[in-house]
Amino acid sequence: MAAGSELVREGIPRSARAAARVRRRRAFSAFRRDYRRSRMGMIGVGILVVTLAVALLAPVLTDQRETQEAFATGPVLAPPSSAYPLGTDLYGRSVLTLTIWGARVSLLVGFAATAIAASIGTSVGVTGGYVGGRTDGILNAVANWFLVIPWIPLAIALASILGPTLLNVIIVIGITSWASTARLVRAQTLSVKQSPFVERSRALGGSEWHLATRHVLPNLVPVILANTVLAIALAILSETTLSLLGLGDPSSISWGTMIYEAFIAGAISGGQWWWLLPPGLAIVLVVLAFTMCGYALEEILNPRLRARSDR
Amino acid sequence: MRGYVARKVLGAAGTLLFVMLFNFVLFRVMPGSPVDTIARNQRLSPGEIQALIADFGLDRPLPEQVPGYLWDTVRGNLGVSYTSGRSVVSVLAERVWPTVVLVLPATIISVSVGVWLGIHAGWRRGSGTDAGSVGASLVLYSTPEGWLGMMLLVVFGVWLGVFPLGGYSSSPPPEGAAYVADVMTHAFLPVVTLALAYIGEYVLIMRSSMVEVTHEEFLTTARAKGLTDRDVRRRHAVPNALLPIVTLIFYSFGFVLGGAVVIESIFNWPGLGLLTFQAIDNQDFPVIQGVFLLSSFLVIAFNLAADLSYGYIDPRVHER
Repeated sequence: MAAGSELVREGIPRSARAAARVRRRRAFSAFRRDYRRSRMGMIGVGILVVTLAVALLAPVLTDQRETQEAFATGPVLAPPSSAYPLGTDLYGRSVLTLTIWGARVSLLVGFAATAIAASIGTSVGVTGGYVGGRTDGILNAVANWFLVIPWIPLAIALASILGPTLLNVIIVIGITSWASTARLVRAQTLSVKQSPFVERSRALGGSEWHLATRHVLPNLVPVILANTVLAIALAILSETTLSLLGLGDPSSISWGTMIYEAFIAGAISGGQWWWLLPPGLAIVLVVLAFTMCGYALEEILNPRLRARSDR
Repeated sequence: MRGYVARKVLGAAGTLLFVMLFNFVLFRVMPGSPVDTIARNQRLSPGEIQALIADFGLDRPLPEQVPGYLWDTVRGNLGVSYTSGRSVVSVLAERVWPTVVLVLPATIISVSVGVWLGIHAGWRRGSGTDAGSVGASLVLYSTPEGWLGMMLLVVFGVWLGVFPLGGYSSSPPPEGAAYVADVMTHAFLPVVTLALAYIGEYVLIMRSSMVEVTHEEFLTTARAKGLTDRDVRRRHAVPNALLPIVTLIFYSFGFVLGGAVVIESIFNWPGLGLLTFQAIDNQDFPVIQGVFLLSSFLVIAFNLAADLSYGYIDPRVHER
């Protein structure tokens, strides 16, 4: 240790932690540079920033009362006009207002369900990959089972038992979609665990806890990040599927429940395309944006893909 | 090879057992147990409710119910539908054919078109074909299939009036050859929707498999032999790139039932999917359980087929 302190000079970090901080800051700015170069990623971020802004500004842009059937002021089932740019629904509510408010619920479900799935998937994957042995065997079997089971019937079974509330929709999507994350994280944990820098830290006397939290976990972050962004896209699509089957929360307006309401009200045979089109297009756009960001992240952060494109 | 097969079959059997136990726990321990839901059903008289509860053995303690439940399930006794009063198995059986009529052509179309596009996109990576197919695939992947079906219905059913708005056939159904044509007209839009919903995945996976193969040295060898670009692609690149796709096709066969749920509900197509949609609406839990068990069984069976076919096609697999 005494020999180490002699090495501290100006511009050189004083502690291991400071060194790690500097290293991470450098890695982050390199990452930002790489990401900016990805056209796909930047388009995705652009769409998401606009959508998030609209969702957050919903109370400023519109009056929330207009989303309630009792306070609807417009004509019933009116096609787009200057007063109602996207027309109105069966209750005389502005479809534009509904679509703006729908962004909140759809994004909320996407983020919250993914947060659940990512935490379960990461804990299961890290535990299995790091501890190994019988624990790993059991966790792996459970994850594989969730991967094999068809998602829609499983989600239907769970959602119909739990009942149609927003929280239940989030829970159902969260606990049915963690397995692919777990598998990915487990594989990555296994490979990081065997890398020379972990071995070095172990040789220097690092505890298991130190190894797991200071070396293994930080090296999983890139993989988890790209996977999570892709998972948000899937979660938003899943919410749509559940809503279209009548398993969504009828009292909260999401893009999925909007489409379901229009479908149930006979908007197809009535030819009320303006009621169906906006929420669906919004889903396509946002899911596409998350997917593009996810692919861009994957390409930058996944060393294997990177090596391939360099070849 | 024999060890590989035995291992895979055992694994599948284990997964199936786990599915059955999960189904048991799910519908008995969760809030809204079968006793509650049976008792809530206003279509049944108190005597019928008692009989149903006794029939399922729901009046006995849970652990004692497990062996009876497993034996019933294996024998195909999945209980009685609350809404129709008929056995779940017979309700499921009469809905299988319409779903097959929908799902089989949709899978054939999406696989053949998707693989073809993927081959050409991956082979000419960075070309216009590549960018176009990847872009279109990503958009299709991001589109909720139910909504896509609705938009197709609005355009081709309502505006242009070329296709019916739903159902399996006209009523009354025409006779003979006209009946087949009638069903095909009704099936057209749902089949196209399902095919479009799955095509993107095949394009993207076939493309990346193709890209992976283009770096292989045996392609350089083939070129050095003087083969044309077309021959290198068809005789050397494609067969190798197809390997992972074969598994994927088997695998996706098991999942199509899930995709059919939404599409059949939108197009009022009287298959297993619409049955599920109606069962959700009526809280007909025995039918929902039946669909869950059947689709899990299908996925496990097709997964096993995929594993076994892969072991057969690619001898490297079972040596691991």
